[in-house]
Amino acid sequence: MESSAYITLRDVVFSRSGRRIFDGISLDIPKGKVTAIMGPSGTGKTTLLRLIGGQLRPDSGQVSVAGHDVPRLKRKALYQLREKMGMLFQSGALFTDLSVYENVAFPLRVHTSLPEDMIRDIVLMKLEAVGLRGARELMPSELSGGMTRRVALARSIALDPELIMYDEPFAGQDPIAMGVLVKLIRDLNSSMGLTSVLVSHDVPESLSICHYACIIADGKVIGEGTPEELRAHPSERVQQFLEGQPDGPVPFHYPSGDAAADFGVGGRSS
Amino acid sequence: MMDRIAGLGRLGIAIIASFGRSGQFLFGVLAGVPRPATGFPLLVKQLYAVGVLSLAIVVVSGLFIGMVLGLQGYTILSDYGSESAIGQMIALTLVRELGPVVTALLFAGRAGSALTAEIGLMKATEQLSSMEMMGVDPLRRVVAPRLWAGFLAMPVLAMIFSVVGIWGGMLVGVEWLGVFEGSFWGNMQSSVDFVDDVLNGFIKSVVFGFVCAWIAVYQGYDCVPTSAGISSATTKTVVYSSLAVLGLDFVLTAVMFGDF
Amino acid sequence: MAQRSTEIIVGLFMIAGLAALMFLALQVSGLSPKSAEQTYTLYANFNDTGGLTPRGKVSMAGVTVGTIESITLDRDTFQARVTMSIHAEVDNIPADSAAVIRTSGLLGEQYIDISIGGDLESLNAGDTFYSTQSAMNLERLISNFASGR
Repeated sequence: MESSAYITLRDVVFSRSGRRIFDGISLDIPKGKVTAIMGPSGTGKTTLLRLIGGQLRPDSGQVSVAGHDVPRLKRKALYQLREKMGMLFQSGALFTDLSVYENVAFPLRVHTSLPEDMIRDIVLMKLEAVGLRGARELMPSELSGGMTRRVALARSIALDPELIMYDEPFAGQDPIAMGVLVKLIRDLNSSMGLTSVLVSHDVPESLSICHYACIIADGKVIGEGTPEELRAHPSERVQQFLEGQPDGPVPFHYPSGDAAADFGVGGRSS
Repeated sequence: MMDRIAGLGRLGIAIIASFGRSGQFLFGVLAGVPRPATGFPLLVKQLYAVGVLSLAIVVVSGLFIGMVLGLQGYTILSDYGSESAIGQMIALTLVRELGPVVTALLFAGRAGSALTAEIGLMKATEQLSSMEMMGVDPLRRVVAPRLWAGFLAMPVLAMIFSVVGIWGGMLVGVEWLGVFEGSFWGNMQSSVDFVDDVLNGFIKSVVFGFVCAWIAVYQGYDCVPTSAGISSATTKTVVYSSLAVLGLDFVLTAVMFGDF
Repeated sequence: MAQRSTEIIVGLFMIAGLAALMFLALQVSGLSPKSAEQTYTLYANFNDTGGLTPRGKVSMAGVTVGTIESITLDRDTFQARVTMSIHAEVDNIPADSAAVIRTSGLLGEQYIDISIGGDLESLNAGDTFYSTQSAMNLERLISNFASGR
């Protein structure tokens, strides 16, 4: 790794409702780069982002962001730290009672006391960056899925954060919207020097924009490195995930009992 | 057998834990002092949604209940030849009991369920999470204005309900059934006391408003963020609010009007 | 602006609530602003106050001139001592007037009627009525009548 780590996770253990989601996970996310975190659905990728954002606390282990120990931060300090973070939620999470313009202006109004005309300039700039300056008067219900995410992206960069986290930005998007998002993520990273964390299970898109990637499964990191390193990774599980093979170390069948007994072929007759 | 006892224990723990969570939640909501500059417009918006939009149902129900009281009261009181006491009967019933209680029940159905559904949906669509990630506390930004709006709107609605009800009763009693207007108001004024009746009714409505708004926002905030979770939270809001209002009404009545 | 019209509507809503409270106070409970006016206190001792209650009215010739403040038991004479507050403008009640407990209607509530005397001097604040007439007890009246006493 050529640059210093912005986010560090050390031996993080987290379990929810009796199920262990992370079992001693350790991860370094370099500053100013795009890092992709990939893994099958249900491995807690979103949970990982929430741990970084301090919305959840790990059972044990360390989560530090920009030198702050997130789980031990006081409320106020945590909220101050979050002003430096942007997060793009899977659903976009726009405020449905506000227009596109007001949605993007929201963090500015809350966290700054800028005059109205400056807020207007910043909002229009951010909307221009995602190509939706013309849609500013629309309500969130009038937007398509891809546009919703672009507006949400404009909103998360409104305060010029140092870190931006994308939660499944490509899920459920048509190829054009996906291409637009890939371009936006790459451009934002290079033009603003953002540290980007990308959580996804769309392998080709993620690998095409990330500088660094890691794959988690069963609460552990099973492979990490640059896209090239990953493609040449020796582990079968990594290969199965990258290639999308239906059967392999992760079996096709959910763990179950003997099929013969379930179908009533063998033992007891009814 | 032991399983059943354990189940009972689990239920008890779950109930107490939910009380504890809602208390903690209330503390979190009220602990932050809102900034007047941002807080006031939010409060006004919620007062509009919670109070003004409930006005129609409250006025219409108040009118009908007052008119029914007028009719029923007249039939019973005329048996004793004391129709003129109808004003007193209507006013006392409305100001002490029906005003606060019926308004609270309507409020729980009209505004409480809407509050729960709105907050629940904001939770389900990750709006609350995204607010948190923007460094804005949703308890203060979303929940607190709604709680205060419910708390403030409810007494206003209850007062309006009582007044409209009395007017409806007068319409039936005086205009229609021909009770002498002077004795209608005179009897009312000599028997209704401002502190004992009007103010106690007002206190009831304040308590009900607080409890209904608290239950509504808590159920919304604590709901399981799925469509089934929101619908069950909305139902719970109406059921719990109604039960809490009727139960508290008994306690408050016993304390205020009972002689012990 | 939308925000402004919302504010105006909410303002009207709050005013409607205040107006309703005023209506309940003035028209329904008959709380008149005049009730804060000047009063002075008179006392009267009765053998039996019957169903007299505090907040009851005190009238002269059918006109309300004051209210009953409190009713207490005098531990020495075992009489009921009634404290009344009389409107200040009625300051010429003759000193030999009597306080009589009457019932409005046959079964209505009881009140104190001041039957006017002829003295030139009038009662001052803190004075006690010289003559009183206790409540008419219907039950006792009937039993007296029945036993022929």
